[in-house]
Amino acid sequence: MMPQPVISFNNVCFAYDQTEILHNVSFNLFEHESVCIVGPNGGGKTTLIKLILGLHHPASGSIRVLGGMPHANSRRIGYMPQSTHFDPSFPISVLNIVLMGRLGRRPGSFYSRSDKAAALQALAQTGLVDLAARPFASLSGGQRQRVLIARALACEPELLLLDEPTAHVDPAMEQQVNDTLARLAHRLTVITVTHELGFVSRMVDRVLCVNRTVKLHPTSEITGEIIQEIYGSDLKMVRHDHQCSQQGHTHD
Amino acid sequence: MIEFIQALRDPDIAFLRYAMAAGLLAGIAFGIIGSFVVVKRISYLAGSIAHCVLGGIGAALYLQQVYGLTWADPILGALFAALSAALIIGVVSMYAREREDTVISALWVLGMAAGILLIAKTPGYTDPMSYLFGNILMISSADVWIILILDTVIIVISMLFYNRLQAVCFDEEFARLRGLNTRMLYLLLLGLTALTIVLLIRIVGIIMVVALLSLPAAIAGQFCGRLWQMMIAAAVISMLCIAAGLCLSYSLDLPGGATIVMVTGCIYLAGFSVKALRR
Repeated sequence: MMPQPVISFNNVCFAYDQTEILHNVSFNLFEHESVCIVGPNGGGKTTLIKLILGLHHPASGSIRVLGGMPHANSRRIGYMPQSTHFDPSFPISVLNIVLMGRLGRRPGSFYSRSDKAAALQALAQTGLVDLAARPFASLSGGQRQRVLIARALACEPELLLLDEPTAHVDPAMEQQVNDTLARLAHRLTVITVTHELGFVSRMVDRVLCVNRTVKLHPTSEITGEIIQEIYGSDLKMVRHDHQCSQQGHTHD
Repeated sequence: MIEFIQALRDPDIAFLRYAMAAGLLAGIAFGIIGSFVVVKRISYLAGSIAHCVLGGIGAALYLQQVYGLTWADPILGALFAALSAALIIGVVSMYAREREDTVISALWVLGMAAGILLIAKTPGYTDPMSYLFGNILMISSADVWIILILDTVIIVISMLFYNRLQAVCFDEEFARLRGLNTRMLYLLLLGLTALTIVLLIRIVGIIMVVALLSLPAAIAGQFCGRLWQMMIAAAVISMLCIAAGLCLSYSLDLPGGATIVMVTGCIYLAGFSVKALRR
């Protein structure tokens, strides 16, 4: 018997005003899969994420997330937006940001002891317990990114959705973020939006290529031609620190 | 300074004591709501709400004089206008995908114009200047009580909704995904802002109220690492600025509202310069 898909798109189209962003998108993603969403800027990556979260609604077609309508199940998803989305001078501690992942679980005005325990555990998973009391504003880009991953984990999600987790992080810190994600991918369904193809093959089972249409590839299929097809022919590839996934990797 | 303290104890000039009490009490609301306004970056919306208040004041005065509705107190009119403006502006900023600022500006000037027209058509002479720039001579013991009650409302609501309002200010989209009713919370925040604006219009007036709402919180934000710390610091700064402004205005015979705003603005600029020079 086939397992139930965690996310299922069926002939989904989406348009902003008159401009069609996504056309006839169909795919299924399954539990404990690590999937990477790649594609050029403006190709529809963020739109795809917002459709999964139920923040946008498709013009036609149907979307099922965790067995139901997207907006009905958004609480079961741990979402990490891009870090440029925040006011860096907002006066708030790391712990209080992570605690936001506990909001909406029960009525009441204050966080419970178990909320705090869950937030500290999420910080431990991202290696940030020592920074819990620090102001968000005093952290480096990589640390901030990991705080936002911790906040997504504090939701106790069944599905982790990360929008460009390494976009504004320097290379040394990028390794830390990637290691964190690789650990999480063992026990959760992790969907990551990225523009870095090196990242793709290291720890991902399948790649979702988004450029108005969507194609799903196992990582072993990703070749220079497919990359050119996604990004256009001007792309020059420099590969470094390249590791293949367990399923292997072919080069034409 | 000594003269001012003596004047505060003088039974013949009760208005000064009322002004001082009203100013200090309102400082609490300014610290709390001002911090939300600054971190959510809605001081422009707050400005628009403040200016709409004149429409409500004008309507109340008109109803009192022309229709003899004695219950139509200007502060009731102000409250009604501020809350309606908050609701309209809130809904517009949630649903208008573009040109939000145009609508807010339109409301800003229309509220103001309606107020001036209604005051002009009210029999007898009412000086709009005292509403526009504040007039501490108008503060009565009843005003002090009203401010005390509104202060209590603001403190209780802010404490109960602190975590949720903080989440909405920091990352509204994430808060919505956690199942919070972010639209209601945003309207609640605008409503609290409207209440706070009405509090201090008597002292600093419609035109300068935004200064006292945003500057103390902005000063506090330069050295506070938590929102609640920012609120306490902003409240203390507001109180100090109001006390110092009243003292200066009494000693030098200057208009109270303008002096308070000038003191606050100078401290803000000084803090800003010190911070810039340190870098």
